[in-house]
Amino acid sequence: MNADPTAWERRSVTLVVPPVQPRKLAKVPFVELADGRLQGVVSSGSDIGRVYVSFIAAGTHGFNCSTNNNRPCGGLYSSPCKHLNSLVAEAIVQYGAGRVARYLRVDGAETIESSYDLIRALNGGHEPGSAAVVFSRFLRHLGYLELPATTAPVAEMHWFPSTGAVR
Amino acid sequence: MLEVQLGALDAGLPPGVEEALDLVAAFDEALATGLGRLSQQGAQAVTGLAAAVAASPLGDRDAEAAEKVATGSVAGEHLTILAGARAALLGAVADALLARLDEALGRSRAPWEEPADGEAAAVPENLLVGCRSWLHEVAITGWRGVGHDLVAASDQAIEAMLAEPALRRPAVLLDGLAGELRASSPVATMEKLPARRWADLWTRALMLTQPGWSGAGDPGVPVSGRLLILGADVHEHATAVQLQVHGVLEPKDGGTPRLVRTAVSATKVDTIVGPAVWGVLQDHPVLLGALARHLSLDLTDMPLLASGDLLWDDAKAAAGELAAPFSTARVQLAGALAPAGPPLDRHPVAISEPVFVEGYKAAKVDGGLEFRVGGQAITVTTDRLPGCGPLTPQLLATSTACIGLLRWDGRWLLQPLAVQSTVKRQPVAAHTGDWALGPTDPKVVKSLARSGDAVAVLRERAGRLLRK
Repeated sequence: MNADPTAWERRSVTLVVPPVQPRKLAKVPFVELADGRLQGVVSSGSDIGRVYVSFIAAGTHGFNCSTNNNRPCGGLYSSPCKHLNSLVAEAIVQYGAGRVARYLRVDGAETIESSYDLIRALNGGHEPGSAAVVFSRFLRHLGYLELPATTAPVAEMHWFPSTGAVR
Repeated sequence: MLEVQLGALDAGLPPGVEEALDLVAAFDEALATGLGRLSQQGAQAVTGLAAAVAASPLGDRDAEAAEKVATGSVAGEHLTILAGARAALLGAVADALLARLDEALGRSRAPWEEPADGEAAAVPENLLVGCRSWLHEVAITGWRGVGHDLVAASDQAIEAMLAEPALRRPAVLLDGLAGELRASSPVATMEKLPARRWADLWTRALMLTQPGWSGAGDPGVPVSGRLLILGADVHEHATAVQLQVHGVLEPKDGGTPRLVRTAVSATKVDTIVGPAVWGVLQDHPVLLGALARHLSLDLTDMPLLASGDLLWDDAKAAAGELAAPFSTARVQLAGALAPAGPPLDRHPVAISEPVFVEGYKAAKVDGGLEFRVGGQAITVTTDRLPGCGPLTPQLLATSTACIGLLRWDGRWLLQPLAVQSTVKRQPVAAHTGDWALGPTDPKVVKSLARSGDAVAVLRERAGRLLRK
C-alpha cells in the first residue's frame, strides 16, 4: 500500500465489486443484489417448466414469492416460504453472509453467518409486488449466454483484470 | 529485465506527468460531486483541464466548453469536449510512460500508421444518442448522486448495444461500469469513491459512443508465419470475459519478429467464475489447445490490425510443435518489434508490455510481493492473478523466473503471466493459460465438479424460458 492517502482514489484499476463464488445453479438459477432488493428466481421442485420469483427488500424486509405469471406461491404466509429460504441460502453462497446482510440492512449484520440467522433477523412481512421486473432481469441474465462471441480486441477490458486466484 | 533496466524505468516520473495527473484528479473530484452545480474549486478544475489542451486542436472548443460548464449552463456537447480533453491528457501521459519504458528496456517500437479504412459497420444512431444522454446525466448528477433509479436507466441502452456486435466495446464497458454503480448504490453512502477509475470509464464510454466511431474500421493486413506464445492475460467482469494472448510472430517471409497479441471474448454471467470461464471461450479450440499444451501456432493469412492485434480466426491457424513460453521469452522477446497502440486507445491502463525477469529474490512487503533484482525492486500484482489459472501468490513467492506484463497504475507494476518455481525440490512451471482445456489440478477439478456445469444449467433454463 502506498502511504499517500489519495492513492486508492487515483488508481485506474481497483476492485470495486468482489467476484462472486461459484455455486450449484440447478435449484436457484438466478440471485442478485439489485434495485434495493435481494431478488432471484427459484426453479419449481415439481414442474420443470415453472419458476418462482422471490425477493426481499432492503431496509423494510418486505418479501414476496410468486410464479413468473404472478400467481402467489402456495407456501407463503406471514413468514418466508421454502423458495425464499433457498434464495437466501444460495445468495449467501454466492456473495457471502456479510455482504447479503449489509445489503438488506439487517440489524447486527456482522453477526449473521447462516441463512437461518438471516431469515430470523428479518423484520418485515409479506409485501405483494410484481414479479415482472425481476423475471425480465433473469431473462436478460440468460441472454448473455446467447450473444455471439467476438474476436475484435476490447481495449476497455484492461480496466477489468481477472482476479480471485486461490489465496 | 536487468537491474539497470529496472533502475532506468523507475527513475522518477517523466516530466509533466505529475502535473497532468493532478489536473485529471481535480476534474475527477468535480465529477464526483457533479458538473451540474460546481463549487469554485470544481470550476477551477474544469477550466484547468481545458487550459492544459489549449495548444492542441481541441483548445478553443475546450475553453468554450469549460467556461459554459463553469458558469452552470451545461450541455451534452460541452461534457463530450471536456471528456476529450481528459482523454488527450491521459493519452499524452501514456505516451510519455511508454517512451520511458522503451528507452529503459531498449525496446524498438514501430511508428503508428493509420490503417486503411475498412467497411464501417452501420450502427443505429439512436442507440448512441441514448447512451450519451445517460452519460451526460450521470456527469451532471455526479457519482455521489447516483442511486438505483439512475443506474436502472442505463439498462435498456446497454441491452440494445450488446445485441449489436459493432458496439460490443462500448456495451461491455458500460455494462461493467453499471455493474459497479449498481453494487455501490446509493453511492452517497460510500466512504470513498474510485474517482479516477469511474472517470476513466465515463470518459472512454463517451469517446466510444461518438457518431462516426465505428469500432471495426481496420480490416487488418493478412499475415502468415509462426506464432510463439508468451502468455495469456485474462480480463473479466461480471458479464464479460476476454482472453488476450501475447506472443512473438515470426513472419513467413522473414523479417523482424514482431510482438503481437490476440484477443477472444465472450459475454457471460457473474456465476460463471474461476476455471468455468474457459467454458464460454470454447469456440476457439485451436488457440485454447495451443495455450494449454504449450504449442506454437502456424498462421495463414490471419488479419493483423495496425494496433498489433491479430484478429483471431481458428480456421486460419494450425497447432504446431512444442514451444515453451519460457524459451520464447529468453530467446525471442528482446529482439521483437513492438507495435504502437491506436491513438484513441492510449491510456496508462493500456500499457501491457511483455517482459522476462529472472535472477530475482521474491520478498513479501506490506502484504504484497516484490521482486528484487540487485538494488532494484518491482511490485508484483498479486491481486491480479486470474481465478481461472494455476498462478497463486504462494507460487510467485517461491518463483525464480517470470514472464509478465509491465503495467503502470501510479507506479510501475509487474503482472505475472507465468512463473518457474521449485516445489518440493522439483522445478515446475505454471502459466495462466494452463487450464484452457480444463483444470489439471485434481483439487480444482473436484471443486469445479461440485458446483456443476453452470453454462449447461443456464442454457437449459434459457431454452425452456427464453423463447416462450
